Amino acid sequence: MTSRTWERFTPAQRLARFAIYLAAVTALVVSMRTVQIVPEFLYDAPTQMADMFARMWPPDVAHYREGVHQALVESMHIAGMGTILALVMSLPVALLAASNITPIPALNWLARLILVSSRSVNTLVWAILFVAVFGPGALAGTIAIGFRSIGFCGKLLGEALEECNKGPVEALKAAGAPWPSIFLKAYWPQVSPAFWGITLFRWDINVRESAVIGLVGAGGIGMALDTAIALFRWNQVALILLCIFAVVIVAEIVVTKIRQKII
Amino acid sequence: MSAVNTRRAFKPNWLARLGWLAVIGYCVLAFWSLDITWDRFVIGLENGAKFLGSMIPPNFERWKLLLGNLLETLEIAVIASAFGVAFSLPIGLAASRNLMPTWATWPARILIAICRSFHPVIFAILFVKAVGFGPLAGILTLIFASIGFIGKLFAEAIEEISLKPVEACRAAGAPFMSVILYAVLPQVLNRFIGFATYQFDANIRNSTMVGIVGAGGIGGTLFAAFQRFDYDFLAAILISIIILVMLGEYLASIVKAVFND
Repeated sequence: MTSRTWERFTPAQRLARFAIYLAAVTALVVSMRTVQIVPEFLYDAPTQMADMFARMWPPDVAHYREGVHQALVESMHIAGMGTILALVMSLPVALLAASNITPIPALNWLARLILVSSRSVNTLVWAILFVAVFGPGALAGTIAIGFRSIGFCGKLLGEALEECNKGPVEALKAAGAPWPSIFLKAYWPQVSPAFWGITLFRWDINVRESAVIGLVGAGGIGMALDTAIALFRWNQVALILLCIFAVVIVAEIVVTKIRQKII
Repeated sequence: MSAVNTRRAFKPNWLARLGWLAVIGYCVLAFWSLDITWDRFVIGLENGAKFLGSMIPPNFERWKLLLGNLLETLEIAVIASAFGVAFSLPIGLAASRNLMPTWATWPARILIAICRSFHPVIFAILFVKAVGFGPLAGILTLIFASIGFIGKLFAEAIEEISLKPVEACRAAGAPFMSVILYAVLPQVLNRFIGFATYQFDANIRNSTMVGIVGAGGIGGTLFAAFQRFDYDFLAAILISIIILVMLGEYLASIVKAVFND
């Protein structure tokens, strides 16, 4: 009797895994050798960090009323409006992307192209583009947040639509219902939990993003942060960072609470 | 004849209708307070047409600069992913409540929460102040972002494992490292590779942006081109970013496919 050895993977699988490990290590080594890092800066970093935090303390609380509150509210509006805009724009794209609703491969691909390009471009980059179009301010920020979120919302919504049960759809079709009714009464009830989940999730992300798009001039608290840094007013920087932190935490708590209620 | 008593198949949901009304109300309020007007929008559209016009055709003349920047972006992503993943393994392990005592989970959880709470760009600003302009600041930023993301997911993955192999190993008197190696890791390795490839993908996206605040990579060139109204070069940079990101996504999908069977 020949002794047989049992192996978990085929040679091809092991080769593929090994190739990936090798590629990863090579990429790391090559990157470490070529990236231009000044080692002195790294050694100096702890001192510089300590110095920075020393300058930040104490936060300039008095500045909140005059320079921060308004900007913070603006950021929240940008996040909220951006999310609403994204949902409005992503709904048609999601309908096009779902192959059971739009049985035309060319349109599915078009929708997927829109979704991928929306996600590939970072919010800050979208913000730069829309600042060039609409000028600095909240309008550019809102639209940037909206455009970036299309990819995220549209992809998840499209997937939810594709997973829908066909039964109710066929029942309504057999009864001769027009298309809007089919969507409202057969698809919508099935995707609405996913829809609200996506909305909350994206809003939470957008609250974080709306805090930074001001750095390129797209409105909100980021503009206040940018000004404070440019003027080396570190106490104000600390206050703004604390405010952003508080808002982000509150948004996360709100999202968790609402999710528990509706899902 | 009396009014026909039509049966309605679907009852009107007044609460939902009120909710939609509230959403519309909020939109009006927000439009008003953000000072967004139709005129500005229309003027913007005209600007947009001009802007697009000056972006086309994309200008690839400075392709050497572009390629160098793309390479730096990629290097930032690779190094940050490697270190971020390496650091988030022990931190995620320490944060998992089912294996670790409370005194270990709390600090790890707080660290993860801090890493997650700020947008990477804010970390990038702070690191640029601390270690100067250049890729180092970008790498440190993305390491923090990776710890926040993978650490959290990894801790959650460990909390979901079956404890039976762990108990078996412990009953056989295995030391702590063996318990981790033979009872915990095999259960979470696949998901962990999924997180790691996703994070690599995310790091490529984010490394294109940290340059905007001076932390290395293509973002700096992008912002400079924008400020100098070099819109045709801007278009070239955007196209190459999209290609790079798609390439990253493709690579991540290959790695996932290899490890998933």
